[in-house]
Parts: sequence; structure tokens; C-alpha cells
Amino acid sequence: MIGVGRSKQNLNVVDRPLGKGKTEVLLSAFAFLFSELVQYNQTRVDNIAELERRLEDAGYAVGIRMLELLCHREKGNRRETRLLNILSFVHSTVWKSLFGKVADSLEKGTEHEDEYMISEKELLVNRYISVPKDMGAFNCGAFVAGVVKGVLDGAGFPARVTAHFVAVEGQPRPRTTILIKFSEEVLQREARLG
Amino acid sequence: MAATVYNLFVINKSGGLIFYKDYGTHGRLDTNDSLRLASLWHSMHAISSQLSPVGGCTGIELLEADTFDLHCFQSLTGTKIFVTTESGTPGMENMLRLIYELYTDYVLKNPFYEVEMPIRCELWDLNLAQLVRKDGKAGLTGR
Repeated sequence: MIGVGRSKQNLNVVDRPLGKGKTEVLLSAFAFLFSELVQYNQTRVDNIAELERRLEDAGYAVGIRMLELLCHREKGNRRETRLLNILSFVHSTVWKSLFGKVADSLEKGTEHEDEYMISEKELLVNRYISVPKDMGAFNCGAFVAGVVKGVLDGAGFPARVTAHFVAVEGQPRPRTTILIKFSEEVLQREARLG
Repeated sequence: MAATVYNLFVINKSGGLIFYKDYGTHGRLDTNDSLRLASLWHSMHAISSQLSPVGGCTGIELLEADTFDLHCFQSLTGTKIFVTTESGTPGMENMLRLIYELYTDYVLKNPFYEVEMPIRCELWDLNLAQLVRKDGKAGLTGR
């Protein structure tokens, strides 16, 4: 440990401040790693639904850890307990830490009370990915959906989270929408809390 | 003078054509001809580097004919990208590098692309079309 004073060196590891960490990695490095992750899982599945599930599982593990880390770093060891607060935590804090920017939009579903949508014009994981026509509506954003699910589950807001392509008028590329459907008990609790 | 591209080829390291596009102006080729030309160029390129009187030659970079120029770019892995253009078109070296950049981004980073196989990637087509417009003119100048 170069440049670290003696007194600091003697500090117990738990007494040292939590490092901020290096916040950025090379996009190319990430793109290749993610591409390999998809290819690895692709060789181990029989159908697209299975692939989607495996990507989601991989993201889920990231989400659980992100929640833990960000509650420590940004929230002073507190986590959100209200529905809208946890959603805006995902939309801004989690997104900023993972993708370096706040998500493009956070909306409430118009048809169902328990549905919320986070939309991105160009999701970082999809930046270089062209899904072949024969794979239908498959979206690698399933990984990000898994991350969101991990965060929400960890915080006590069980939900079903899925990623979808949504065509935008006047744009050659569809945007990705992360659809969040909360479990019944979450909404009941919200209603009780008032 | 604006660069005018007639055809664009990408060949893999064993000489197979993995991408072909013509820009509808001159020298349109049918599927068989494009395949033949691609593998012919692969062999000529290999022979030229062997025949070169100077050591360390990597192959033909520019072939000047009466009616067109052929510019070739070879990547470190042996993938070759080459274009036929109007004679005397400047700045093609740079253009080929930009095309290679698109190839590494939108083809190689795509998990659904199998290396050495024909390129079918929507984003590659989209970004290539931005770089070389439909009529074969360079689209993004001074990038």
C-alpha cells in the first residue's frame, strides 16, 4: 500500500471508510463480456423463453448486490419502504450507478394499477446487439429486467419484471421498456400505509 | 470530389464472402460473380504478399484500373474489407477504417453473430448506410 500513512494501515478493515470504487469500465470490454454471457447461456438452453429466464437470473444476482451496495453508499444504510420511492430509487440511483445516467422515463401503466414502466431509448446492453428475426420479440434487456427484479425483491417489493421492445414513431430503432408488475401483497401494504 | 463507392465486400480469413453490397451505380454483380471476385481477390492478395520484393509486405492495398480503384483493408485477424470506387477517389483508407470500426462494434459485439459466417445484423446495415449512403456517396464527412 503505497502512500498510505501508518496510522491508516493499522486501522481495522471495518473501520476504514467504504471506498467509492472505480465507477466506470470500458464500454467495449463490457459489450464483449455481455455478448459472451448471452452466447454462453444460448448454448445451454432449448428455447428462447429459457434463455430469457437465464439472463434474468444473472441480472437478479446483480440486482440483489446493487441494492445492498447502494443502500450503504448513497442512503446511509437505509432502504426505501414506499412503492414510489423504491421506483425512483431504481430509476435514478440504480440506473446512474449501472449505466451512468438516469433512465429516460418512469411511467405508471394506464391499464393496470399495479404496473409501472421504465423506458430507455437505447438500453446500454442493447447498444451493439441486433436480435435476428427468427428469435421474435426476444430482448437482451431481460438481464436488466432481472437487475430491477433483484433490487425490488431484495427491498421487499416482489414483482414480475419483463423487458419489451416498443416501436417508436419516426425512429428506426424500437426502444426498450422494462415492465414491472407488483405482487398483490405489495399493493395491499401500500394501501394500508396510506 | 465526393467519394463514390461502387461495391463493398467483406471476406473472412479463409476467403469466403461474408458480406456484399452494391450501391447501384456501376459494376453491379450477381451472387455468383461477387463470390467469385471475393475468393479471387483473397488469392491475389495472398500471392502478392509472397511475390513482393520487399520484406514484410501485407498484400495489395490499392489496385488502380482504368475505370475504377479497388481499396483493400486487412485486419489483424485476416478479415478483409474492400471497396471498388470511382478512379482517383481520395480518403478511402480512412473510410475503410471507419467501416472496420463499425464491423468490430456492430458485428463482433453482437452475441447472435457467428464468427466467419455471413453478416446479418440490423445495426450494422443501419450504421453502414449512414456512412455510405444509398448512392455510394460518403455520408458522414469529417467524422
